[in-house]
Amino acid sequence: MTTKTITPAAAPAAAPAPGRGNRKQARRNTLIGWTFILPNFLGFLAFTLIPVLAAFALSFMEWTSFSAPKWVGLANFQRMLASDSFWVALRNTVVYAIGHVPLTMALALLLAMLLNRKLKGIGFFRVAIFFPYITSLVAVAVVWNMLFSPDNGPINQFLHTIGIANAPGWTSSSDWALPAVIITSVWRDMGYYMVLYLAGLQAIPAELYEAAEVDGASAWQRFWNVTIPSLRPTTFFVVVMLTVSSFKVFDLIVVMTNGGPGRATTVLSQLIYQEGIGEGKFGYSSAISLVLFLIVLTVTVLQFKIQQRRER
Amino acid sequence: MTNMAEDLKAGAPPAGTAPAPAPDGRRRPPVAGNGRRSSRERKKRTTDFIIYAVLAVLVLALMVPFIWMVSSSLKENNQVLTVPIQWIPSEFVWSNYTDIWTRIPMMGYLQNSLYLAVIITCLQVLTGSLAAYGFSKVCFPGRDVLFLCYIGTIAVPWQAYMVPQYIMMQNLGLTNSFNALILLQAFGAFGVFLMRQYYMTIPDELCEAARIDGLSEYGIWARVILPLSKPALASLALLTFVNTWNDYMGPFIYLTSNRLWTVQLGLRSFVGQFDAEYAMIMTGSVISVIPILAIFLIGQRYFIQGIATSGMKG
Repeated sequence: MTTKTITPAAAPAAAPAPGRGNRKQARRNTLIGWTFILPNFLGFLAFTLIPVLAAFALSFMEWTSFSAPKWVGLANFQRMLASDSFWVALRNTVVYAIGHVPLTMALALLLAMLLNRKLKGIGFFRVAIFFPYITSLVAVAVVWNMLFSPDNGPINQFLHTIGIANAPGWTSSSDWALPAVIITSVWRDMGYYMVLYLAGLQAIPAELYEAAEVDGASAWQRFWNVTIPSLRPTTFFVVVMLTVSSFKVFDLIVVMTNGGPGRATTVLSQLIYQEGIGEGKFGYSSAISLVLFLIVLTVTVLQFKIQQRRER
Repeated sequence: MTNMAEDLKAGAPPAGTAPAPAPDGRRRPPVAGNGRRSSRERKKRTTDFIIYAVLAVLVLALMVPFIWMVSSSLKENNQVLTVPIQWIPSEFVWSNYTDIWTRIPMMGYLQNSLYLAVIITCLQVLTGSLAAYGFSKVCFPGRDVLFLCYIGTIAVPWQAYMVPQYIMMQNLGLTNSFNALILLQAFGAFGVFLMRQYYMTIPDELCEAARIDGLSEYGIWARVILPLSKPALASLALLTFVNTWNDYMGPFIYLTSNRLWTVQLGLRSFVGQFDAEYAMIMTGSVISVIPILAIFLIGQRYFIQGIATSGMKG
């Protein structure tokens, strides 16, 4: 009631309408707005926005730690396309994404469905499954490296007991190092996406399930015709986030395998680091960054388009 | 029970369970209805039991890495990778937890991590909540374009601009110092975004009422909005703290001298130098995880809320 009587009088302060005296108000608002934003904006401008724009410009320049910057057009990109290590890194990144995205998504959804019920102590299970996500990456990598240890590691011992005679060499084998990294990252990330799915599941109105049950839909049909369509916005978000994070994968690989054995697990981010900060080829590494950014952008836009078409 | 039977006889939707529609109820005789209900209850109890069992097994399996980590940290090195696996150490080697402080400068690492995490969290929460107020409660031209710039950079992978950032820090002479990391991480766009999402849910009428009462905009921020946004502030603070504590790449790129290393760097270098000291490595891992576990257990509600809000509205 009180807010109702106050609103008309206060309205001009919040939304300046065209009229006399309002220009002064608008200028005052601009000043006030900027003072709020400025402390964060200065840091954001200097250390995020300018570097982002610089990365675009740098990718068309030849600049190393020994030479002055020079405009070279597309030369960096030509060199990149001709480089073997770029293609290896790109392939590894794509393979990682193909493994990581669907596995994490499926397990996160499964866990969320199991945990989406009112049971005593369900909170404990949710918290336990979420915890790996906030555990430090170094600890995670170190523990999993030992679990994956080829000779007497617990994982291979387990594989032996279930009758697999020649268990893989995991992080010491160039074929199995990437799957080992994928398993570790799925284990770490699924709790996070489980929380997102749980929020999505709780937003589905119970009436939908009750109506479906009345119509005689089986549990499987209810899952397929009620849950999955209702979760579409969540799934869209999860897929975008997962794909973006897969293409950005960096620290887990650096700590777990450091790109090895050989180049078996080298990914794009790591190549950017090696070329740019390791060897000081600023221009060339920025060209790889631009490719990484374009891949992430394309994937996001593509999924956005698919989502829009489905909604229509 | 009787109530429901009466409702069914009358052919009207049962009062207690409103959504169950009438036509189905009418076809079903009342007695069968009662019988079905108790069998359904029994069925529910068995499914609950099955769900508990499945969950318990699942969570136990997912916790194996942690269990193994703690168990190994209490063993001798040669007891860690044994056949068969020893889940409970035959002899608890508590000395690992006293020796590690002298083997590596663990205390220094912990202090460095804590220092960075606290400073970055405070700056991020302060500047983030101020900027979010500007973006959500003050109207001025160009505001939305500016906010789009913020959102736009969230979409750019950090790895894509880490090299220009590095060049910049090198020219400022800030590499190998905490200041580089503080400057890079304290003004993140994510904090502004998270806080703005929350402020948008606070009705503008509240601010307007405060304006009428003569509060300045800064007064409204400090005395109306901040007290109302405690959950969001807690989410942002916890997420920032944990991210900074766990960050590996930032310190890896910028901190070269051992004296400045964080727990993550210290642990990684220990693994690199003494890769056969399995037990001690696990001890270090446990110590690096304990602060996060403590913080998580205190504030788990805010973590999950923060993720759900920042996620769903993105």
